[in-house]
Amino acid sequence: MIEVINPGFYTTIQDRGRYDYVHLGVPISGAMDKISADRANALVGNPSGMALFEMTMVGATLKFNTETTIAVAGSITQVLINNIPFGVDSIMKVNHGDEVTLGRLTGGFRCYLAVAGGVVSEIKLGSQAMYPGITTHHRILKGQVFDIGKLENIQYYEINGYKSEVEDLHLMVYKGPEYSGLTVKERKLLFNTYFEVSKNNNRMAYQLEDTLENSLEPILTAPVIPGTIQLTPSGKIIILMRDCQTTGGYPRILQLSEHSKSVLAQKTTGDKFQFSLIEY
Amino acid sequence: MELSDNLQFSQLGHRSILISFSDKIDRDLLNIILKIKYSLKKILSEQILYINHSYNSILITYKTTIENINSNFSEINEVLNTLPATEEIQFYEWKLPVCYDKKFGIDLEEISYKNNLSRNQIISTHSGVSYLIYFLGFLPGFLYLEGLDAKIHFPRKIEPRLKINRGDVGIGGSQTGIYPMDSPGGWNIIGNTPIKLFDSTKANPCFAKAGDQVKFYAISFEEHKHILEEVKNDKFQLQKSEII
Repeated sequence: MIEVINPGFYTTIQDRGRYDYVHLGVPISGAMDKISADRANALVGNPSGMALFEMTMVGATLKFNTETTIAVAGSITQVLINNIPFGVDSIMKVNHGDEVTLGRLTGGFRCYLAVAGGVVSEIKLGSQAMYPGITTHHRILKGQVFDIGKLENIQYYEINGYKSEVEDLHLMVYKGPEYSGLTVKERKLLFNTYFEVSKNNNRMAYQLEDTLENSLEPILTAPVIPGTIQLTPSGKIIILMRDCQTTGGYPRILQLSEHSKSVLAQKTTGDKFQFSLIEY
Repeated sequence: MELSDNLQFSQLGHRSILISFSDKIDRDLLNIILKIKYSLKKILSEQILYINHSYNSILITYKTTIENINSNFSEINEVLNTLPATEEIQFYEWKLPVCYDKKFGIDLEEISYKNNLSRNQIISTHSGVSYLIYFLGFLPGFLYLEGLDAKIHFPRKIEPRLKINRGDVGIGGSQTGIYPMDSPGGWNIIGNTPIKLFDSTKANPCFAKAGDQVKFYAISFEEHKHILEEVKNDKFQLQKSEII
């Protein structure tokens, strides 16, 4: 059993997300930095997609009332178990009564704490991913208690070598459905600008500080997915993330690669990057 | 309408394919889109994770990364070439109660004044017609309805309100719809429905689906309170009729 002593800045439970209700307007949700989430799960022997904690900016303090193993992956932070420091990316054994504290996250914006067997929490529409209006809570609260799942058999999952780096200054993108409407000049600006993440960034979307003037034709509301990059008539660039709406009314100029969705999830206000165009 | 008219395939992300039709809102096109959706879901259920659609496009997301896009395109084409002639799915017209009392319809007066219609004219126009559900999006349970009479079209608010209440029925431009949950919004509110558009505790969280129709009927403030109570206790039965 896990007790929330301090919920941290914004901690949620995430898993692989919910796909069966997209046609009803339900966002997919799930871990923002999927690479790090998968890594944390793999380290403790969980299959990818098992429910774990996603922590943002400042981590949580969790008390474990059971002996188990945990792992933390994502942005660099000091993990304290009863005030003894451990590093991320390692498997840690916790004993009954141990308190695990993740402090201020540095070198990134999000990290993941996985528990062997997975975190047990409310399932809504086939997923434990917290989302306002779907799950009872949209974030973990002080005093909440979560059970730990039983790990049926320990499996060894391949731990991918890549770690998301906040220093990664390039986001790989494909052309979006409405890319062809951009002028040569607009395309040049798109790939030669160091864009900055604005303060309007969250699990639903990252808006960029810079704008791109354009004369794109308006579109009828169309399907969008996490990673779809919209350009509004007023020039706002909006990168849709895991909690995004399932349809959108703005032209879709680019699409983030799978990998770059996780890279962007480690960026926050003021971070800069460039777009790099790739082909399928 | 020829299926091949202005139909384009493109890839979106590592595992999705977009089928785009020409830019229009058209009931025949919706019928084709729904037929394609159901056929794809049935025939390619092994490979497909989910299918989403909007006015003029279908998004097919696969369970795994697309290796060879051309084989995916051919596979889809094969399904498109063998679409069933008749609809296998039953569609319904749902009767939805709406209280247009000014306690709920806070923007009725403005619409009445600017469109030069009486409050009752707005209500009878709004509730006098059957709206077609094109798709769901924007919020869980938000229905994209088509068929709003031009007499009661009204531009969206320049400054959206910070909070529109769950169940509020609104008009935004040429569209009408219901907010399924509290949300910021720029639509003009003309009433409120006590029924739940979306219930995440149910295996089928939304009673309506694309292709169904919706017709509003006016209820009093008292009836609204009464139905709200019934809905809370899961005792309210929505009226529906089959669409042939």
